[in-house]
Amino acid sequence: MQTGRVRFEGLEKVYPDGTEALGRCDLTVGGAEMVAIVGPSGCGKSTLLRIASGLEPGSAGRATTEGTVGFVFQDATLLPWRSVERNVELGAELLGVGRAERQARVADAIDLVGLGAFRHHRPAALSGGMRMRVSLARALVLRPDVFLFDEPFGALDEITRERLNEELLRIFELRPFAGLFVTHNVSEAVFLATRVLVMSPRPGRITHDVAVPFPFPRDPELRYTPEFARLAGDISRALRAEAATTASRA
Amino acid sequence: MTGGVDVATMEPTGIPSVIVTDPTTSALPTERTGAGRRLARLRRAGPPITLAVVVLGMWTIASDHLLQPQRRFLLPSPLAVLRIGLVDAHNRSEILHGVWSTAQVAFVGIVISIVVGVTLAVVMSQARWIEDSVYPYAVVLQTIPILAVVPLIGYWFGFEFRSRVLVCVMIGIFPIITNSLFGLKAVDPALHDLFTLHRASRMTRLRKLQLPAALPAMFEGFRISAGLSVIGSIIADFFFRQGNPGVGRLIDVYRQRLATEQLMTAVLLSSLLGLVVFWAFGWLSTWAVGNRRPRKGTA
Repeated sequence: MQTGRVRFEGLEKVYPDGTEALGRCDLTVGGAEMVAIVGPSGCGKSTLLRIASGLEPGSAGRATTEGTVGFVFQDATLLPWRSVERNVELGAELLGVGRAERQARVADAIDLVGLGAFRHHRPAALSGGMRMRVSLARALVLRPDVFLFDEPFGALDEITRERLNEELLRIFELRPFAGLFVTHNVSEAVFLATRVLVMSPRPGRITHDVAVPFPFPRDPELRYTPEFARLAGDISRALRAEAATTASRA
Repeated sequence: MTGGVDVATMEPTGIPSVIVTDPTTSALPTERTGAGRRLARLRRAGPPITLAVVVLGMWTIASDHLLQPQRRFLLPSPLAVLRIGLVDAHNRSEILHGVWSTAQVAFVGIVISIVVGVTLAVVMSQARWIEDSVYPYAVVLQTIPILAVVPLIGYWFGFEFRSRVLVCVMIGIFPIITNSLFGLKAVDPALHDLFTLHRASRMTRLRKLQLPAALPAMFEGFRISAGLSVIGSIIADFFFRQGNPGVGRLIDVYRQRLATEQLMTAVLLSSLLGLVVFWAFGWLSTWAVGNRRPRKGTA
């Protein structure tokens, strides 16, 4: 089984206007691992993903990403003039994957996210959840070794979010990858991840690295077990403590 | 009634029957059918048609009863305009030929404006320094008083078709440049990220992202410019009188002859030409980008 790897060594990020987005970050994510990152707004979670994907450079330290990268953005970022099928095709098309190969992968990815009946629809005709599935399928087409998720389900309602979480886990088990999943939602983080990282407020540093011991496949009912609640509670407390330190500093 | 709970008549038992209606499904069945739609369209068309009838009636009264007969040439009645301007075969043919000539000039003008305007916008969208160098001149083009440069255009390009087209382009190109440039530059940064992530070249980004994303804004520019181009063509008719006479030149001739009926017919048909062009581009826009708008019932 071959998956990719993301490695940050002493990574820092300062924007040209002087804003310190990231403090020193050291992290290795590799193998079939899903790492969730939680932290207060503006702590540099998204910046971490942008650096890992190569969209932005770091200011100091090193960031290396090995393998094909799939990125799922906060919004579905679909092209409104393209059908579901043509949107899913986009990444592979831009990377120059041959037509026949591309079409096979597109059909496969669309089936994987359960949008077979909507392949010819335009994004405007889809619900928010369905649009996010298209976005997910578009990244899946690349057969990513490294999968970066920037709060992809943040704008969805609770039920849709939970259902998409379950589907994402199913995909993770089927096609393992090294995943970095940024979220505000602790329950989502615990349900999805093998590790949860807690970040401090800006300049963001990784303050807690919590292993999630639940085995795969994970049942949706896991969310209602006392063990789950305890772990989610611990992480929430850590998050709140971080927020409190900043508040006292301010 | 806006949906919700509708209390119906009391039944013999004395218990009011309550009909719960769902606002999303309680639309009258006729609104869904073709006949229902036609009826709704008729209902919408009613008020403007009524207004037109009232105005035409007042116009007739003013012309036939309020004006003295020797001053009636100032405002001939609608029927007289219709009779002399359109029913009369000679006049009708003369005016329609003029409108057609004007339409041809406007059409060539809009096509050239689109090609040149979009090209300029694309070039400007590629680098800030190009935009900074070119854009001020596009603005200057907009501020040049056409009347003042007419003699120059005549000297350089002659007094016929070419010069008329040039006036159309000068008047019509600006909205195409600005709207296209706005559309090309207003692409969602997240979509740019997506293309960066997949190492898209500048050309690919332009072809697969910026141009299609800019289409709605571009079509809006085309529509405004098409209307301006018709106006430009009529203005040009006044100055460049060689070759096929356009409707602008006819209007000038009718003015000199005090032929108010033909004059009014020519003005009405010119407006109609502008309307048709405006509508045609609106339709083209709906055809090209209409399916991007969210449909009802999706979120």
